[in-house]
Amino acid sequence: MTPYASPAKEATGFVTYSPAAKRRPGRIALRVLHYVVLILLIFVFIGPFLWMASISIRPSNESIYTFDLIPEAPTLEFYATTWTEYSLDRAFLNSLIVTVASVVSNVLLCSWAAYPLARMAFRGKQLVFLLILSTMMVPFQLYMIPLFLISLKLGLFDTLLGVIVPSTVGAFGIYLLRQYYQSIPKDLEEAARIDGAGEFQIWAKIMFPLTKPAVVTLAIFVFVQTWSSFLWPLIITNSEERYTLPVAVARLSGDFIGETQFTAAGSVIAVLPIIILFALLQRWFIGGMTMGSVKG
Amino acid sequence: MAWVFLMPTIIVMGVFQFLPMVCAFALSLWDYFPNAPENQFVFLDNFIRLLHDSAFWLSVRNSLLYLLCVPIIVVLSLGLALLVEPKIPGIGFFRACYYLPVVTMMVVVAFAWSLIFDTDNGLLNAFLAAAGISEEGIGWLTNERYALWSVMAVTVWKGLGYYMVLFIVGLKAVPMELREAARIDGANSIQSFFNVTIPSLWPVISIASIISSISALQVFEEIYMMTNGRVGTSTVVFDIYETGFDMGNGGIDLGYASAMGVVLFAIIFSFTAISARKMDSMYAK
Repeated sequence: MTPYASPAKEATGFVTYSPAAKRRPGRIALRVLHYVVLILLIFVFIGPFLWMASISIRPSNESIYTFDLIPEAPTLEFYATTWTEYSLDRAFLNSLIVTVASVVSNVLLCSWAAYPLARMAFRGKQLVFLLILSTMMVPFQLYMIPLFLISLKLGLFDTLLGVIVPSTVGAFGIYLLRQYYQSIPKDLEEAARIDGAGEFQIWAKIMFPLTKPAVVTLAIFVFVQTWSSFLWPLIITNSEERYTLPVAVARLSGDFIGETQFTAAGSVIAVLPIIILFALLQRWFIGGMTMGSVKG
Repeated sequence: MAWVFLMPTIIVMGVFQFLPMVCAFALSLWDYFPNAPENQFVFLDNFIRLLHDSAFWLSVRNSLLYLLCVPIIVVLSLGLALLVEPKIPGIGFFRACYYLPVVTMMVVVAFAWSLIFDTDNGLLNAFLAAAGISEEGIGWLTNERYALWSVMAVTVWKGLGYYMVLFIVGLKAVPMELREAARIDGANSIQSFFNVTIPSLWPVISIASIISSISALQVFEEIYMMTNGRVGTSTVVFDIYETGFDMGNGGIDLGYASAMGVVLFAIIFSFTAISARKMDSMYAK
């Protein structure tokens, strides 16, 4: 296995950079080695994507049984064909609609639910919060079966609304925002109340803007989740015009289309928006992913 | 007023989460086909059928085998975290690269890896041939002996960045004075790693283990994409999908699929309950 697998080795790496040990000779060699390992690991983690991207621009007459990353005569024809003929354009639009709708509805609904749970006193508060949290215990794969039947009854089968439905609000988001609302000092809203502002105004004008960091975190979290979500869209959609990107890519890779390049091109199209977003908003991504789990 | 704010969530969650959750348990007691004129209450028949269903037992076995990912993920991601924890120039870029698989969708990740694991055109077999290790193409995804392990490797690979970040946060919380004290007391780096760092990381290790166990028990997409449940790689969730929704595969036996879902719930629930308690007592020591 790779050298970083053994805890002992890491321990050395880790103590190396403690401030007191910086200037000793031999440390430079260690640091060079450290960088070499870090660089090799880049290939471990982005290599498969590079390889897939390289296949997506390789013309059919060139063998894919090669180590060359850049083909002799790179082509974008597979992108053009997947985009138009295999309806990736439609899937892209669907994914965008579904994702944006889920983000907006999560931000609104979770904020509205979290606000009174954090800052108001009313009967049944604990019970409501407990019930909301309890939904985290039941795996989606269990309740998706009745959810499917309910969606059928409501005429949501094979509609984009049906795709959105299970991701409109979530216990995690409510929990996250509730924590944040609790940390806001009381004086602010009291001042507003004296000025005669209504409850909704207080929320919209004062409280909601203050929760921006948590809201952005939640928005990104929901964006990544919904953009990549696969099982539910696979079940609830039936026609090509309703596929989201993951479903469309999975269909491309099915046996009925021979050439791998199409799926490779479709895959690149599917992940590119997320990768660009990640590059731009890196800190928010990583913060959000860990926030919910490490607290507490 | 509070209820006005809560109302949209109560309605949406009620209809699309609570109602189906309750129905799921009820549905597992029925023989249910969406297009049948009449559906029958069969009480525990679905569960009795499960007991004799060897395919389902294989799926349960595979899902439990999948838990082997957990210790591997914990060790490797802790290793990664230690590598990228020191604030040296450019470290943010390395962290971002290792984190990239976490934000990309599993469908694409699984496809990218099946290009590597492919028997005839795969990069891995090409490497093995070039290195003179193995000339004949190994069926990483088509041979019963390797398929499940190959898919598990992909699951681990995709998740490492996430757990790496958890550990970076955890490492920051290890008290510097403790490390220094251990060093002054003459502990070498290995000793201080096992006696100072690891104990302070227990909470993070337990959280990482629980999260990764739950996701390991719910594995679906990589199986669907890479082996489609062939060569004995079906998992419980894949079985639920196949039984309940794969029209090409015998149809839509929703009552039976729900019974599988109830078993899945029972496994996940008892597993998290036990491990949470165990981790707690270890931490308390």
